[in-house]
Amino acid sequence: MSTQSTKLENVEVAENDAEQNAEAQLELTTGIVSPEESDALPHSLANASERAAVIEALIFVADEPLTVKSIADVLKEDRGAIVEAVNQLAEEFNGRNSGLQLREVAGGWQFATRPEYHEHVRAFLKSRPSAKLSLASLETLAVIAYRQPVTVPEILEIRGVQSPSAIKTLLDKRLIVAKGRKEAVGRPMMYGTSKEFLIQFGLKDLSELPSIEDFEDLAGGSGN
Amino acid sequence: MAAEKTEQDAQAPLRVAGSIPELVADQSSDELKIVMGEFEGPLDLLLHLIRQEQVSIYDIPVARITDEYLRYLKLMQELDIAVAGDFLVMAATLIELKTRMLLPRDPLAKDDEVDDPRRELVDQLLEYQKYKAAAQMLWSKATLERAVFKRAELETDKNNPEVAVGVFDLLKVFQEILARHKEEVLLEIEREEISMAEMLERLRNMVMSAGELNLRSFFERARSRRELVLAFLSVLELVRTTEIRLVQRETFGEITARVA
Repeated sequence: MSTQSTKLENVEVAENDAEQNAEAQLELTTGIVSPEESDALPHSLANASERAAVIEALIFVADEPLTVKSIADVLKEDRGAIVEAVNQLAEEFNGRNSGLQLREVAGGWQFATRPEYHEHVRAFLKSRPSAKLSLASLETLAVIAYRQPVTVPEILEIRGVQSPSAIKTLLDKRLIVAKGRKEAVGRPMMYGTSKEFLIQFGLKDLSELPSIEDFEDLAGGSGN
Repeated sequence: MAAEKTEQDAQAPLRVAGSIPELVADQSSDELKIVMGEFEGPLDLLLHLIRQEQVSIYDIPVARITDEYLRYLKLMQELDIAVAGDFLVMAATLIELKTRMLLPRDPLAKDDEVDDPRRELVDQLLEYQKYKAAAQMLWSKATLERAVFKRAELETDKNNPEVAVGVFDLLKVFQEILARHKEEVLLEIEREEISMAEMLERLRNMVMSAGELNLRSFFERARSRRELVLAFLSVLELVRTTEIRLVQRETFGEITARVA
């Protein structure tokens, strides 16, 4: 038992040494404090270019489109300053003609590949294009997107056809969500689009959708 | 002109709602498939008919469109395709509209006061048309978006709890395991198990060495129920393979196994 504990202590000492060495090296080579220390107390940003660099790093590691608010909270800076910085960063980044784009989607910022390189990316990922939505589902989704919150009978009125399977598909794909019940006869469920909808259709927010009245000219070709 | 007309008439039974149903051999099976226009609903079909007949949506020739519409439904029924209820509702609406159009107008009403019975249907069609176009827009957006790839999830402590420990946590756990191991009292329990093959061998040996064997004494050697069953089975087996034969001198008497 006694030999074991000595061994353990040795390991402990060695580990401490290694950690200190690594930290020292990190500080030496990069001039920044060790990750653990910076966790506890992020140092304030020296200048605008550093701010942009940090924002870039944050957007890169975020799982979902990163909101300006989240960035501002981490950097403890004014939202306006972040908006300005992120816009500038996007402009600079997207002017680079790289394989990536920095874009605004679903109310946040995100790195993504450029669509023109999709064939190569797909070949690498060995992925097939995901299943497309049926026309019925797309029509139903269009009605929900423009009329939300909207009930099933209201969708039926516009499409002139029942769409139970379309609604189910859209719910399964999390493109729409229930938005409570309408205070009407039968208290029908109301549906609206989700954040996933914005992400999957590459929209910043709902206002980015063209106005429904714009489709009148497009569609009304058979008119007078 | 006349020739054109006859040509159209000849085509008429085939051309339904603009699409020409065609028979196509299904590659995967021997069946024939009928390909025809597909419509999302009655409004979709109506819009198509209006375009096909090249009439104005604001001035629909109800009789003509109704006939076309009913012809399409008839074909669907002939082909045994279940016609959705919504299509039938629209058929009824169209027929009603057709009859209302036949009614003479109120001669006393002023021109602008006359309510066009088609108004409601036209509004519905126009409204639907907008969403149909919007669906197209969503389709192209989704198609473009499918060509854009995002970073896969990073491996972080949050989604991979195993890495959220340090070397010392590991050592501590290892020590605990060692300590627990020491406390464990090992009790070895012998499994007294004899296989069918072994039991057969035992029986064979006992019979061979003595020339004959009293079955009672053989069965009494069994130390468990399982062994007893095996002993019985082995007797049956050796009798079956005619290695031994059983002899009973009197009713209910001792049974002896002998080399066959």
